[in-house]
Amino acid sequence: MRGKTPTELTEVHGRLSRRALLLGGSMLAFMTGLGFRMRHLQLDQADQYRLLAEENRINIRLIPPARGEIFDRNGIVLARNEPSYRVTLVPEDAGNVDAVIDKLATLVELDPSELDRAVTEMRRSPPFLPVTIADRVSWDELSRVAVNTPALPGITPEVGLSRYYPLRGDMAHVLGYVGPVSDYDLSKIDNPDQLLRIPRFQIGKVGLEGRMEDDLRGVAGTKRVEVNAVGRIMRELDRREGEQGEDIQLTIDQQLQSYAQARLGDESAAAVVMDCETGDLLAVASAPTFDPNLFVEGISVADYGDLTSNDHRPLAAKSVQGTYPPGSTFKMITALAALEEGIVGYDDTVYCPGHMEISNRRFHCWKRGGHGHMNLVQALRESCDVYFYDLALQVGIDKMSEMAAQFGIGQKFDLPLSGVARGLNPSRDWKSSVRGEDWVVGDTANASIGQGFVLASPLQLAVMTARLATGKAVPPRLVKSINGVEQSVPNAPRLDISPTHLAEVQRGMYAVSNHRRGTAYSKRIIEDEFRMAGKTGTSQVRNITAAERARGVTRNEDLPWNRRDHGLFVNYAPFENPKIAVAVVVEHGSGSKAATPIGRDITLQALYGGTPPLSAYPTKDRNSIEKQQEELEKLVPGREITRRNRA
Amino acid sequence: MSYLEYNVKHVPTGLRKVLHLNWALLLLITAVAGVGFLMLYSVAGGSFSPWAEPQMKRYALGVFVMFFVAMVPIWFWRSISGFAYLVTLVLLVLVEVMGSVGMGAQRWIDLGFMRLQPSELMKITLVMSLAAYYDWLPTEKTSKPIWVLIPVLLIIIPNMLVLRQPDLGTSILLLTGGAIVMFLAGVHWGYFAAVISMVVGLVVAVFRSRGTDWQLLKNYQYRRIDTFLDPSSDPLGAGYHITQSKIALGSGGWTGRGFMQGTQSRLNFLPEKHTDFIFTTLAEEFGYVGAVSLLSLYALIVLFCIASAISNKDRYSSLLILGIAGAFFLFFAVNMSMVMGLAPVVGVPLPLVSYGGSAMLVLMAGFGLVQSAHVHRPR
Repeated sequence: MRGKTPTELTEVHGRLSRRALLLGGSMLAFMTGLGFRMRHLQLDQADQYRLLAEENRINIRLIPPARGEIFDRNGIVLARNEPSYRVTLVPEDAGNVDAVIDKLATLVELDPSELDRAVTEMRRSPPFLPVTIADRVSWDELSRVAVNTPALPGITPEVGLSRYYPLRGDMAHVLGYVGPVSDYDLSKIDNPDQLLRIPRFQIGKVGLEGRMEDDLRGVAGTKRVEVNAVGRIMRELDRREGEQGEDIQLTIDQQLQSYAQARLGDESAAAVVMDCETGDLLAVASAPTFDPNLFVEGISVADYGDLTSNDHRPLAAKSVQGTYPPGSTFKMITALAALEEGIVGYDDTVYCPGHMEISNRRFHCWKRGGHGHMNLVQALRESCDVYFYDLALQVGIDKMSEMAAQFGIGQKFDLPLSGVARGLNPSRDWKSSVRGEDWVVGDTANASIGQGFVLASPLQLAVMTARLATGKAVPPRLVKSINGVEQSVPNAPRLDISPTHLAEVQRGMYAVSNHRRGTAYSKRIIEDEFRMAGKTGTSQVRNITAAERARGVTRNEDLPWNRRDHGLFVNYAPFENPKIAVAVVVEHGSGSKAATPIGRDITLQALYGGTPPLSAYPTKDRNSIEKQQEELEKLVPGREITRRNRA
Repeated sequence: MSYLEYNVKHVPTGLRKVLHLNWALLLLITAVAGVGFLMLYSVAGGSFSPWAEPQMKRYALGVFVMFFVAMVPIWFWRSISGFAYLVTLVLLVLVEVMGSVGMGAQRWIDLGFMRLQPSELMKITLVMSLAAYYDWLPTEKTSKPIWVLIPVLLIIIPNMLVLRQPDLGTSILLLTGGAIVMFLAGVHWGYFAAVISMVVGLVVAVFRSRGTDWQLLKNYQYRRIDTFLDPSSDPLGAGYHITQSKIALGSGGWTGRGFMQGTQSRLNFLPEKHTDFIFTTLAEEFGYVGAVSLLSLYALIVLFCIASAISNKDRYSSLLILGIAGAFFLFFAVNMSMVMGLAPVVGVPLPLVSYGGSAMLVLMAGFGLVQSAHVHRPR
């Protein structure tokens, strides 16, 4: 630049200035571009971005509703919610998960199997979702964790509600149980409630809990919370309370239920107690039973294995799901069908030589030697099979089937329970359509004594007995009130049967229990006020084969357990003014003698509203009954102290 | 033009220089810095600590530095330009050597009272040395290849070192800043056309090299480019910065959500809310009006510099002022483009507003040079 003339200098500077202005111009253009971009983002798309900002900031959290509680007819708690303390871990926040778990193990006892499950769950779920590390921890342990949270990154002590069944096994088959919602549960529902997406949310799986899930669950509340970028809640913006699930009061009498359950004990058996007038189910027992609390948080494989491998099938609700040939308890139906058709009079007799030839086959009476001449009451009293073969051959299966239907055999009752069985009320149509065979006269003979194709559940037998007692088509009822609103008692129309015919059958049933030659005489009630009418039954699982007979097996008790006959007993009481109907089935009980005393004891317990006095029992039984009462009182669990009558 | 050629007798001396400072420019700078204090106060949740207070102290120090630099005659700065460039280069090498034991991308030298980033310093000293070079070079030689090669080397050498750190943002700033000075000095159009086509070729090479052994950028830089091209592809991962930044900007609307009411920054959705992304907080809280106001302040600063440069007959001064103004422009243009989703996230702070010591002091020193050139301009 040295030695340049002023004009040259001016020219050089001029070029610089031109380029400077050009540069400045482009800069301004660029900045204008930025301004327009800003305008586009901030004004044209403002609404969209503001919405996104709100979505960022506001998180909608569900507030799980408290599940409805379940009470018995007297307001005793059968299922309730209790605070459950658990410790969860968010793997993302924990950093070194193993180190945190090791530290946690010094404060809380960690179950290794649960820990395994948690680790598997962690691997499958995204790292920001909490995983339960320890469930059902005690309050002390929870406090220890809470105090130490600064040293335990990612660990949160949580309080939730968990189902609890204070009566454990006693109500298991009625209530069923809840459990953590599974992928399978979700797949079955078209449009699942958002609540179900909450990990380990408990829903009803089986039984009443499952069938009345919609009533019990309630409606989730929501709260809108402001969260920061890592999802921590900064403050609650507003909250819409959900609706608690509806409380349900059952018709069950807990005290009677617990007694029945204890009385059945370890037998594979079922008992149903029903109010004759209202149809209220007072006890629906099935044994052996299980503790539904095991299922609430998810059952362990070992526990589940124990339950499923047991040949007494504790998981089955035999009282409503199990179907059995009703045996001689079906004879009232045969008798009524014949009476209504005018085939037989009260005093007409049939001669029983111990067997009867029907289409070249010999049908035996249970009493090999025969009963001799029998009229209706005598035949019921002594359960003469030949008498009923004779009636059945005259009246035919069609009329018998119609009669059975009036008493609820083959009818699926609409109860909020799992797998309520339909049973089987066989007919010509049924056999030809289902089995593709013609009905033969032997089938009628078998059906007349409740064998062959006839199948009924203990519930159906109880309903049948209640209808025999009242002459009305009483339907069973399980739910007494929902959220304090009393459910109507369905009105029971009169059965289409002549009351005098019914009275004659009732006399026969009275004789079963109260006549010296009655099959249940030894297990009678001697308190006059509470005399009962009943009918014993034995249903064959299979015949004793000729080969077995050759080996010396003549008695049922000599067979293996699972081939012995079922024992049945149905009854109602008091005879004069029927209040309750009872049906008891003891699987493989080697005949009715296993069921009769149970039916009698449950009846007394129900009528006295507690332990009956020994004076109600026949004298020779009193010693053993006293011992039995002592034993059972130990077994019947203490009731919930909190009595909350919602009705 | 040596300093002897300046019309010294018209240049103010002593404290009278203060009266001849470009006060309007200082006022604009202070206004921008004030916006910075306000925003740093806001992102800290209405607190002077941890950002607003140190930033104010640094600004005070910066003003002192500016005054100091402004008081020293411009011909002194011209004479040490080459030396300053060399010193900065040595510092850059030192960072490279020491930084290799640091945390991946160490860019500073700890001076005890502050951390000095030589790459920041280089933005000024490069402009100084280039201005001095073209002041010295006879104009007819400006476009001769050999004389073009020398400034290109001056730009490329520190650039390689910065890229190794790696600091893509500074690298782009140095390249473009250097090119601006060369353009102003009157280098022939053809060179720029050639370089631009080479850059296009390089971009293609960068993308082609991806995944091969000789890939030119680090993986995280590739990811940033990916997410720049399609931020919605990974809204929670690498695209998070851009997505959240656009949400904050967009939710501002006309007048914004109000001071300290920005949910995006207050709830930590915005990354690096006090440094590179501070503009989004401003846009969220003061809306379009606030954002355009800041943009206008920046524009005014650049315009005042250009005006000062054109009116300055001294070639070194003009080039220096324009070079610094260009660097300043690049700072905020890249930063704003970045937060608005127009450029990849390269890590360039918003000048005078973002929290950071080195950048603030270096910028203030740069404006000191502008002031010095203004005060000591030939009259």
